[in-house]
Amino acid sequence: MALELKNVAKKVGADTHIHPTNLTFEPGSFNILLGTTLAGKTTLMQMMAGLEKPTSGEVWFNGSNVTGVAVQKRNVSMVYQQFINYPNMSVFDNIASPLRVAGLPKQEISKRVGEMAELMRISEMLDRRPSELSGGQQQRTAMARALVKDSDLILLDEPLANLDFKLREELRDELPKLFAERNCVVVYATTEPTEALLLGGQTAAMHEGRVVDFGPTGEIYRHPSGLTSAMVFSEPPINLARAQVKSGWVLLDEGVSWKAENGLAEGAYTIGIRPHHVSPVSRSEKSVVIEGKVKVAELTGSESIIHFQAHDYPWVSLSHGVHPFESGRFARFYADMSKCFYFDEDGRLVDLAAAGEAA
Amino acid sequence: MNKTVNQKAWFFVLPVLILVAFNAIVPLMTVVNYSVQETFGDNVFFWAGLRWFEEILRSPRFHDALGRQLFFTGTILAIEVPLGVIIALAMPRKGPWVSVCLVLMAMPLLIPWNVVGAMWNIFGLPELGLLGKTLNTIGFDYNYTRQPGDAWFTLILMDVWHWTSLVVLLAYAGLVSIPDAYYQAARIDGASSWAIFRYIQLPKMKRVLTIAVLLRFMDSFNIYTEPSVLTGGGPGNSTTLLSIDLVKIALGQFDLGPAAAMSLIYFLVILLFSWIFYTVMTRGEEQ
Repeated sequence: MALELKNVAKKVGADTHIHPTNLTFEPGSFNILLGTTLAGKTTLMQMMAGLEKPTSGEVWFNGSNVTGVAVQKRNVSMVYQQFINYPNMSVFDNIASPLRVAGLPKQEISKRVGEMAELMRISEMLDRRPSELSGGQQQRTAMARALVKDSDLILLDEPLANLDFKLREELRDELPKLFAERNCVVVYATTEPTEALLLGGQTAAMHEGRVVDFGPTGEIYRHPSGLTSAMVFSEPPINLARAQVKSGWVLLDEGVSWKAENGLAEGAYTIGIRPHHVSPVSRSEKSVVIEGKVKVAELTGSESIIHFQAHDYPWVSLSHGVHPFESGRFARFYADMSKCFYFDEDGRLVDLAAAGEAA
Repeated sequence: MNKTVNQKAWFFVLPVLILVAFNAIVPLMTVVNYSVQETFGDNVFFWAGLRWFEEILRSPRFHDALGRQLFFTGTILAIEVPLGVIIALAMPRKGPWVSVCLVLMAMPLLIPWNVVGAMWNIFGLPELGLLGKTLNTIGFDYNYTRQPGDAWFTLILMDVWHWTSLVVLLAYAGLVSIPDAYYQAARIDGASSWAIFRYIQLPKMKRVLTIAVLLRFMDSFNIYTEPSVLTGGGPGNSTTLLSIDLVKIALGQFDLGPAAAMSLIYFLVILLFSWIFYTVMTRGEEQ
């Protein structure tokens, strides 16, 4: 029961919300749509569900074209960022509502609602109304309603965004387990790269209405297909700088240089290095020193995020431990350039392994 | 921690206290004062105790006026609330027509009350009013100045025309505050439009509708200007509502004592009904 998007696009007036997109989600897979707000995640999901009709292209499900089929006739569930429940129904009735519409016998309904409530740990709340529950419990109710009916396609649109940190962690932990035994397609939209990494599965990185990268989540993170994908999938934002490769050396604009990797052709590149590879303390002798003026130092309990300006570029360093810096002072940072990405003029990632073999 | 005592604060609330005293407490107490005394003019008063209250509560005239008042309020609520909700549901939620609809809906509310009364007075005239003439031409024997039934019909039609908009605007405000996601979730569930209304729109409108009913109840129970301009309480006493009767007693006959007693009973009736309604409607919401 695979979900296939074939050249699906959505235009509203003169605006293109989704550029022609091709995606295939296998049954039993956990898929993440990662992108900032307005990247098109929700629109894409609504087209998958049948809530919105694509302007062009086709949606196929389980080998048949379902492009024009109304959402009621597909077997779809959706969970929203807002906690959507029927306000004057009890939690039990809320969870039971899709089963009642489907016309299941009473016994079967209360059995399944009971099981689902137990799984979601809201068994004690079944008699209450949604307004009498905490945010986390309301969202669990909404999830229970979405999961109770054995859908072929389950869409979760930033379901954890409105929850507090602790609950988010808890639910994030439980989520993949809930879907593990099902043979349905799960699509999960999020704006947070960290959340995507924790959830695993496959990720489609989205930017301005395009899917810029798609593959196993860890893979996409370690080998982004290009500059946009790397930017979408980095929090804090990835450090970017212009660089020249000349006679075996990489030269950064500000006169910093290091020995080029094997096979890196001469020319202009954009280098990208994730903040956690830039540290205020030297970790290896090969580290390249970047000097810059500290702008802001955000110190959390166990991590330091330091924003600094090195010549023309804003840089971010993310390191363990507490490293206090005064803003306005110059400081030295150590970048592990063996971990950096090289993007060519078109923004594509240069595959160093392949380039090395070819050389 | 030490609490700072600042007696100067009283000074700052003084203007409000004076204002409230003069526009609410003093007039109310004057009425209370009149209601327990008898006067023959010249500012000479005699203690009357609860005599006026007994008289009013036993008078068939008051019972009739109260009955008419309840009938009027009940009827207009039964028409305006469902009608207002239906119109609000039919109004567009997005697009250029929203403001057109809103302005149209707000129009009747902007017209001064005595103008509304005068408008309908002329509108309904059997010889030259658009409504009266049309009804008579197509064969109805319509004359609101002579037939009580017609007077009631016109009175209620006028109030529905004038005030349904208020219910529409409040219900509409409740409707547009429902996020799209609710409708989508209902579509995914395969809910019918009745189910959407019953389980999403109605519960989400409950608060504003409570306010709408309360406002309409209190306003219609107090209504004076429009019926007084339209029918003056007639023909006979057939449309003499409480407020019209009150003015007749107080200003027409200058019976200050009974009028004051009636005012207080009138006030307590409104208070009682509003309180019961509000308590019932908001009962399950405390937690």
